Amino acid sequence: MNFSKGKELLTLCESEQIRISEAMIRREVQYFEGTREEILARMAHSWKIMKESVEEGQQEGNRSMGGLIGGEGHKVSARRDKGNSLVGPVISKAMAYAMGVLEVNASMGLIVAAPTAGSSGVIPGVFCALQEEFGFSDEQMIEALFTTGAIGYLITRNATVAGAEGGCQAEIGAAAAMAAGAAVELFGGSPAQVLSAASSVLGTMLGLVCDPIGGLVEAPCQKRNAVGASNALVCAEMTLAGVDNLIPFDEMVDVMYKVGRSLPYELRETALGGIAASPTACQLCSLSGECTRL
Amino acid sequence: MKEISVFDVIGPNMIGPSSSHTAGALRIALMASKMCQGPIKKVEFILYGSFARTYQGHGTDRALLGGMMGFDTEDRRIRDSFRLAEEAGIEYKFTLNTTDQDVHPNTVEIIAEDVNGHVTDVVGESIGGGNARLRRIDGVYVDIAGELETVVVRQQDIPGVIAHITQVLYEHRINIAYLNAYRENKHEHAYSVIEADGDIPDALIEQLRKIPAVEQVNLIRL
Repeated sequence: MNFSKGKELLTLCESEQIRISEAMIRREVQYFEGTREEILARMAHSWKIMKESVEEGQQEGNRSMGGLIGGEGHKVSARRDKGNSLVGPVISKAMAYAMGVLEVNASMGLIVAAPTAGSSGVIPGVFCALQEEFGFSDEQMIEALFTTGAIGYLITRNATVAGAEGGCQAEIGAAAAMAAGAAVELFGGSPAQVLSAASSVLGTMLGLVCDPIGGLVEAPCQKRNAVGASNALVCAEMTLAGVDNLIPFDEMVDVMYKVGRSLPYELRETALGGIAASPTACQLCSLSGECTRL
Repeated sequence: MKEISVFDVIGPNMIGPSSSHTAGALRIALMASKMCQGPIKKVEFILYGSFARTYQGHGTDRALLGGMMGFDTEDRRIRDSFRLAEEAGIEYKFTLNTTDQDVHPNTVEIIAEDVNGHVTDVVGESIGGGNARLRRIDGVYVDIAGELETVVVRQQDIPGVIAHITQVLYEHRINIAYLNAYRENKHEHAYSVIEADGDIPDALIEQLRKIPAVEQVNLIRL
């Protein structure tokens, strides 16, 4: 029942005639403690925390520990609520919710690291937007979280989801790939299409560096969560329309890993390069009392 | 290779902002609190490396204090731990050590005094993804992850003590997953660290405390 590559997962889904979420649930039951019911209940708890973090993130008064972000998710939603959204309700909600969750994270609220705290906005953002706009049940969303888990597991196993190792493409890239695959499954796409969408995301976020101002999970992390959420929806839309990705998922995971490892140290979460090293960023972190260059 | 669970990927559920600087820090303090003999009256945290440089923006200080009060990584009270510590009458202090470079970048030393004046001194490292390890207890090097139920026995370094300890575990039909012994100097204090499958009953801990050469027994259950 185990699988360590996307290709093996697709073979398994084909032979058992199951979806990726089901394959991941069965794998979990087989290799870890707990019955199917217990594992579903545990994921239901994670889903509850995700929904609460989205709700909390839409409040106006969030203020991050480092003082660099707070209230941005609310602003985006306020504009949409006036009927002014440029990108339409699904993407607008997904991005606003993703931004809000990052505010919750940065202000010491409760989040689900999915796959990391720095990328914790993407999956709840996409999932809550899809549930609100298309009426999926909680049970469907909980199952779909196992699809995200399958994709995240394959990336963790064969590459990395740590910004310190692979840059932001590994964190936000992985989160968005996970969300895109789940969206495709929710809309009836095949297992092959799920991985194709995930591959498209990784390919379109390739090379994104991790350069947080002051070393804090605030900026540019928050906006990258918004872009990751919208990227997931764009790639899911392409896939569902029959636009396949030329490069298979497993190869794309390898590509992402190699690109990540070739990023210089300064661009892998050290706050020594990229945006973090810009004069304004340095000024901001000296104001907030945070400086990783001491 | 250790298998990766879906909850390693969709998780941990944690108080932000950082798995290593917040959740991992809390986990060190939570393990440290389990190593104390009674309720804590006074605690000093010595922060090293990256902890010393970015602790405020990552809420490392609040997480550490929360961990000493027994909060788990999902506890929303962590944000208010300064106030809650003051209300509980716990004195706390953060000291920065930015000179020692020869340490893991996310290291903290915790010196805690309980209400009876007993002092516990532990050093821990936050090793990524919310995971942490205790690396020193009262000056003796150890390696404790706290992933399984862990019994930490402080004993005299003399023959037969470990045999006695494992006999007690056998009597309770507890399977040992990992067993490690640590000591600093011959015939002084030693630590036996037993990571077990399944729940350790209180009666087992009490029985271990009755072994003559055993000085102290703590249970780390996170």
